[in-house]
Amino acid sequence: MITIAPALLLFGALLLVPLVLTLVLSFHVFSDSQGTLATYTLSNYLRVVTDPYYGAILARTAGLAFAVTALCIVLGVPETIVLARMKRPWQSVCLLVVLGPLLISVVVRTLGWQILLGNNGVLNNALQALHLTSEPIRLVFTMTGVVIALTHVLVPFMVMSVWATLQKLDPQVEWAGLSLGGSPLRVFRRVVLPQILPGVLSGSIIVFALSASAFATPALIGGRRLKVVATAAYDEFLGTLNWPLGATIAVLLLIANVAIVMGCSRLAERRFKHIFD
Amino acid sequence: MTFLTLKGISKRYGDFAAIEQIDLDVERGEFLSLLGPSGCGKTTTLQMVAGFVTPSTGTIMLDGRDITHERPEKRGMGVVFQSYALFPHMTVDGNVGFGLEMRNMKRAARAERVAEALELVRLSGLGGRYPKELSGGQRQRVAIARALAMRPELLLLDEPMSNLDAKLREEMHIELRAIQKRLGITTILVTHDQVEAMTISDRIAVMHRGTIAQLSTPFEAYERPETPFASTFLGKTNLLPGAVIRRNGRCAEVDVAGTTLKVPHEGRPAQGDVNVYIRPEKVRLAGADARATGCITTRVFVGNQWLLQVDTGLGRLSVAQPNFGAPPPEEGEHVGLVWSDDDLRMLAKETGDGHA
Repeated sequence: MITIAPALLLFGALLLVPLVLTLVLSFHVFSDSQGTLATYTLSNYLRVVTDPYYGAILARTAGLAFAVTALCIVLGVPETIVLARMKRPWQSVCLLVVLGPLLISVVVRTLGWQILLGNNGVLNNALQALHLTSEPIRLVFTMTGVVIALTHVLVPFMVMSVWATLQKLDPQVEWAGLSLGGSPLRVFRRVVLPQILPGVLSGSIIVFALSASAFATPALIGGRRLKVVATAAYDEFLGTLNWPLGATIAVLLLIANVAIVMGCSRLAERRFKHIFD
Repeated sequence: MTFLTLKGISKRYGDFAAIEQIDLDVERGEFLSLLGPSGCGKTTTLQMVAGFVTPSTGTIMLDGRDITHERPEKRGMGVVFQSYALFPHMTVDGNVGFGLEMRNMKRAARAERVAEALELVRLSGLGGRYPKELSGGQRQRVAIARALAMRPELLLLDEPMSNLDAKLREEMHIELRAIQKRLGITTILVTHDQVEAMTISDRIAVMHRGTIAQLSTPFEAYERPETPFASTFLGKTNLLPGAVIRRNGRCAEVDVAGTTLKVPHEGRPAQGDVNVYIRPEKVRLAGADARATGCITTRVFVGNQWLLQVDTGLGRLSVAQPNFGAPPPEEGEHVGLVWSDDDLRMLAKETGDGHA
């Protein structure tokens, strides 16, 4: 007990106390003239749940998280498989390239996307030069732009997760599939893919949770009007100074995230219980 | 007619030659073992037969057809891997039926064949289990059943027993041999366990540094090793360095540490420096007719026999005496030793690189 006490204190001070304070804050009454009052109410929650304005923000956030997760699966899984099959020097180089986005500051990276995706950006200039479009495609301040930029930074988490399961895969299993007459494609689909599913699932959970609570990328690429839950909470705190409402939004995001992540983990545990150690 | 032929097979990885110019013929229905220490190239050879590794030179013929560059999934060979390589996400039935599924066999026919294969390895009733829920021995049986369910003409076994405990391994040797004989399936086994190779095979190919050091029946390989490596790798032996003095019709006179031994040369050229070999079990304790005397330095009881080390004028000799009931003399006592000249073997001294 004594030996774990410092860690417990640190954990409590850094995580539990702010969380509990946020939870308490979310039940406070807010008045436009006097600010946060010492009385308690459930009206903040009622407002967020019933007001279609917040409903739209919640729906947008969910859509963003699902889209980014799906894209990360579609891009990250084949990417990892190709990476795993590469020869030595190239493998390390490419792995570094893939993990690169994690090494760059979120602001720099996002501004980079602005340069690339903007109306006068590299992409639109190239499309117009090639006469593929007559006017710029709007990407900045759209959901498409946000999804692209978020996918870019979150794919590494999928890659790392799938990479870990691929490393555990018995290389002879693939040979076994071939020797039993399966074509490489069929062996991949029936033997390799099912065995890396747990990695895909845990990668998806990480990507989903991070994109649902992402702040910087939606704020910079999505702009002020295309709000997601995290930016909405930020605006309540610092824009309208309605701290209780901001806290309510934050608490709801946390609950939704925990529920979805736990649900997926539980499902995975039950599904893979027989199979993996 | 030979069923499988390896002709001039080599495999190089950069400058390293894993296999150097192997020629091997396997008869239909034969059980052949590739025996050797780790790194001798036995697994690489098997992988080339299976098609997982492409040879650098040479051809592989299966039943008159050149399969050197054929894809592994087209070869229709049954392979049992050292790790068993079972599919963890499929049940035993799913594993055993996988090959049949790949051949697009109908579900009902498939179930029948799977049940048949499981019965063959005595695993009936466990079809619904996952590999994780089986013991090591059961997993190995599933791997064998999976390979056999396809009714392959050639069965390749890559050290399948190395993860089993000793007792189970002995049982599996007998059982595997029985299954192989019943099905008449041509089988190649890769192993580093000489007892396993001798118990189970029709012929043994002793491999050493990417070449075949000896190819013969287990008895021949043990009794008449053709290379220094084969004589020391297969079983225990006493090695006595000597020099040929004279060569007669049937035997050569060899000087070993001042004593002259008569060694049968079996028509092989014999001159200069040689090594004389004699198996520990061919040396017996003797009284008046002793051919050498010495002092017992160690005495070990292993149940069915006693293992003695005796320091003699010829050098230190290992002697294996069957357990007749009475213990042999104690350590430190002097004993006489006797052997028959016919049991001596002689090979030219190993050259620097160890090749015969």
